[in-house]
Amino acid sequence: MPHVTLTVNGKSHTVDVEARTLLVELLREKLALTGTHVGCDTSQCGACVVHVDGTSVKSCTMLAVQADGADVLTIEGLAAADGTLHPMQEAFREHHALQCGFCTPGMVMSAIDLVMSHPQGLTEAEIRHGLEGNLCRCTGYHNIVKAIAAAWPVMHGRELVAAE
Amino acid sequence: MYDFTYEKPTEIASATAILGKDDEAKALAGGQTFIPVLKQRLNKPTVVVDLAKLGLSGITVTPTTVTIGAMTTHAAVADSAEVAHAIPGLAHLASMIGDWQVRHRGTIGGSLANNDPSACYPAAVLALGATITTDRRSISADDYFQGMFTTALEQGELITSVTFPVPVASSYLKFKNPASRYAMVGVFIAKFDTGVRVAVTGASQSGVFRHTAFEAALSTNFTADAIAKIATPADGLNSDIHASADYRAHLIGVMARRAVAAAK
Ligand SMILES: Cc1cc2nc3c(=O)[nH]c(=O)nc-3n(C[C@H](O)[C@H](O)[C@H](O)COP(=O)(O)OP(=O)(O)OC[C@H]3O[C@@H](n4cnc5c(N)ncnc54)[C@H](O)[C@@H]3O)c2cc1C
Ligand code: FES
Ligand code: FES
Repeated sequence: MPHVTLTVNGKSHTVDVEARTLLVELLREKLALTGTHVGCDTSQCGACVVHVDGTSVKSCTMLAVQADGADVLTIEGLAAADGTLHPMQEAFREHHALQCGFCTPGMVMSAIDLVMSHPQGLTEAEIRHGLEGNLCRCTGYHNIVKAIAAAWPVMHGRELVAAE
Repeated sequence: MYDFTYEKPTEIASATAILGKDDEAKALAGGQTFIPVLKQRLNKPTVVVDLAKLGLSGITVTPTTVTIGAMTTHAAVADSAEVAHAIPGLAHLASMIGDWQVRHRGTIGGSLANNDPSACYPAAVLALGATITTDRRSISADDYFQGMFTTALEQGELITSVTFPVPVASSYLKFKNPASRYAMVGVFIAKFDTGVRVAVTGASQSGVFRHTAFEAALSTNFTADAIAKIATPADGLNSDIHASADYRAHLIGVMARRAVAAAK
């Protein structure tokens, strides 16, 4: 059986997996990190989004063996040890950007990548385009978009001047 | 998903050796098509050969060509200022594939090897008259696409890169399926000094095709008006729950006119 060595939320793990094991299965079933969700079978919903080497990917559409040697960040790795929420989590809470919460872990992980990869600023249109891979059945997206725009200045430590 | 053996070779020769000696061995690029297929048990490979360590990603731009390594992700093409400058339609096409996370993993080589009849890259490759380079030969776009999910690739043959000639102007417009974001109809227009080439994806039962009537008209008069009166026959076009063949035929004209107007 292949074994995979990877870092998840700062901690190194070596795990035996079948070659067919998905990254999301490794996270949820082998490491008991059930914050990452599975919402579809078709790679469309984004409930499973995590960061692999700093980039948001669908962990249901990546084999665990492909993540050998990678640095993985999941929703569980965001809050500080004392429980202080990550600015994106705080913005979601503050702006009522979740209802049932099922899509939220994937939304938050995509949102963080979106904000970090747009240091020059982020327009509302760019936020909406950036969220195309994350489906939400509850919120209607407006408050998610607001939360992301609100998290940008906190994460970059300066004002968000959005030039459309 | 059925289980398989996983290999991650570091040389192209070892990858093709594994793929060449076993008909059931399959290459894995970004996995954004192949892994969903495996999950549905539509394919049962013995060996999965991951192409990630073969050094096949990267973009090289010269004044006349853009060469993109097979493992280059859609996101890398979309974000390349050099590609956007040389072939704006190509960078725009890449930025509209699927969603952001799909673009982070999905590759140009995987898209072309798969040749989904609704995929975007085949339209760019055919309209621009690109050359597909494999581990063993070069294949011109006109010879490469052989019907939906069918290409000129032999068992075990790997795409290593794709070379696009730089056109005078280009654009790609797609009418997306709102759920999957694949093209219901996508039209790529490439204007060269020698003439105009037009490729249509998403519409035909036999995959991407060149629209020769539009090409002839646009080669003499590169305006949306030049093709306004050319009707596209609905014969051989797809009819499904998303759109009828007649509707797709109509959309081809609409998307082509918009693409001509947007070409730069
Ligand atoms: C939600 C979603 C939306 C999508 N929307 C779009 C869209 O709008 N437009 C679009 O065009 N595509 C879309 N796609 C498909 C996406 O672009 C895929 O990334 C692409 O089709 C396949 O590329 P890949 O690198 O993921 O290949 P893989 O899935 O890894 O492989 C696909 C096939 O190609 C073979 N292969 C891979 N690389 C090579 C190579 N170098 N040489 C020979 N054979 C090879 C594999 O063996 C396999 O059979 C979407 C996918 C998803 C999941
Ligand atoms: S679970 Fe739906 S995209 Fe991964
Ligand atoms: S909050 Fe329920 S799916 Fe998004």
